[in-house]
Amino acid sequence: MAARIDVRKTYKLYVGGAFPRSESGYSYPVEDAKGTFVANAALASRKDARDAVVAARKAFGGWSGRTAYNRAQVLYRVAEVLEDRRPQFVVAVQQSEGLSASRAGAVVDAAVDRLVWYAGWADKLTQVVGGANPVAGPFFNLSTPEPTGVVAVLAPQESSLLGLVSVLAPVVVTGNSAVVVSSFRRPLPAVNLAEVLATSDVPGGVVNLLTGDAATIGPWLAAHMDVNAIDLGGVRGLEPAEAGDALATDLEVAAADNLKRVRRAPAAEPDFTATPGLDTMTDFVEIKTVWHPMGV
Amino acid sequence: MPTLATDFSDVTRSEASLRRFLHGLPGVDQVGAEARAAMLGTRSIKTTAKAQALDLAIRMVDLTTLEGADTHGKVRALASKAQRPDPADPTCPQVAAVCVYPDMVATAKETLGASGVHVAAVATAFPSGRAALDVKLADTRDAVEAGADEIDMVIDRGAFLSGRYLQVFEEIVAVREACAKPDGGSAHLKVIFETGELQTYDNVRRASWLAMMAGGHFIKTSTGKVQPAATLPVTMVMLEAVRDFREATGHMVGVKPAGGIRTSKDAIKYLVVVNEVAGADWLVPEWFRFGASTLLNELLMQRTKLTTGRYSGPDYFTLD
Repeated sequence: MAARIDVRKTYKLYVGGAFPRSESGYSYPVEDAKGTFVANAALASRKDARDAVVAARKAFGGWSGRTAYNRAQVLYRVAEVLEDRRPQFVVAVQQSEGLSASRAGAVVDAAVDRLVWYAGWADKLTQVVGGANPVAGPFFNLSTPEPTGVVAVLAPQESSLLGLVSVLAPVVVTGNSAVVVSSFRRPLPAVNLAEVLATSDVPGGVVNLLTGDAATIGPWLAAHMDVNAIDLGGVRGLEPAEAGDALATDLEVAAADNLKRVRRAPAAEPDFTATPGLDTMTDFVEIKTVWHPMGV
Repeated sequence: MPTLATDFSDVTRSEASLRRFLHGLPGVDQVGAEARAAMLGTRSIKTTAKAQALDLAIRMVDLTTLEGADTHGKVRALASKAQRPDPADPTCPQVAAVCVYPDMVATAKETLGASGVHVAAVATAFPSGRAALDVKLADTRDAVEAGADEIDMVIDRGAFLSGRYLQVFEEIVAVREACAKPDGGSAHLKVIFETGELQTYDNVRRASWLAMMAGGHFIKTSTGKVQPAATLPVTMVMLEAVRDFREATGHMVGVKPAGGIRTSKDAIKYLVVVNEVAGADWLVPEWFRFGASTLLNELLMQRTKLTTGRYSGPDYFTLD
């Protein structure tokens, strides 16, 4: 029997609920941890980033207008679909991060658990960080967290699945829409996650996943006047390492133009297996306080 | 093209002669027209050429509001925007005209004053055109008396599609006469075909010749109330008609696609088609217009992107 011919894959981007090729037409080869060719990934350009922002802005109104309870259900559904596709993700994490099958399995389990954890927070964050404030006057004074808007996320370079889920879930659970630039060298878990998002109940445009180089797309997102916040975590781990600090500074300066919320790049990529704090969510919400007269 | 005398009285003498002439026009190759329009749409216009194209497109915009919910306040806001589309940038040119319903003409005129931005009014029972001729003419005279510089009329598509070409012709002539101003001048007449209802490109070509022979100053694709509105191939067929009309008679007629042009990329495609089909003579606001409302903000965002180097957002421009 003749040997089977390889199915060579060229993956695409995930923008506005669809899977377009990069506007530039470029793709780049993705290698596994041992340096063997695995597949081609689309190389997102600045125009893909622009299209993704338009899609995210369009989706923001509907997503932020849903009840927190419903967003919890949707996020839980993502966890379900991810769990169903566990073998596929174990392989992707193994290839990308060079882990053993059992360690990769643990990473996928942690990613599913992380989604469930954040899904649970959807209708609880308001009680914890908002509240009724005592004021010196006949007023009800109520504070509630509201989503910031369109959030650009430069995803971690090393932790390609757990890291990605850990920075993406807290952004969308509060009602933001996201434009995510995946790990440059390890994009395949992100590509697979896009397929999960497309087949769960996440409305198109709420999450947009771009595979490509954060160093080239990042500046356009940081300067984009219609992006409300940016997570610079993915700047750490880009090659060459010493360029990371300069890039982080440049992006912060660019982001200041329209007063974006900025989550600064950490000194080193954090350990994503640890239970996250609430600041992952509160970094991308705005506290709205209303004064309502009593007895009227 | 058949050779024509400038005088069309022979052609428009009778229903039969008019039909013979219009049906004698060469047919449009549908596949070829669509392929050519698509091919012209692939031209890449970048950097300084793009900057020029964006400014030209802004100068060609007929900023339009044709809603039942229009108020005087909204028309005043629109008229202000027409004069200073981007208040943050004084180098941004003003648009060609604002396009409103006849009862809003006086309001628009008052705000625009002597700014040079024209006031266009839709008349003749817009958008359906279903009214008696007397009513249509009264509608037109009202708008002209209120100070409209341009009148956008709709043709009677029912009559056109049933082959009563002479009726359509005489209606256009009558409306044109109603555009006369007391000072001896005349409001410019744009003739709307509603190409979405004309079914074929052959009909678009016939309607174009009919309107040009009747003395329309502009031919316009659509009201914006019917889908499909303006498309690139339809506009191309109309541009071919105005080009051939000038060759035959020496008279220039303008073209205005309206409805459905939303992105600056689309607008630039139209400019490419104008240049390639009709020629550079038409690349001025006097002879080519865009009927649009949302397009202006898109053009302004692209313009801002070119000048500042970063992508802009809808938050930084006024609505409508």
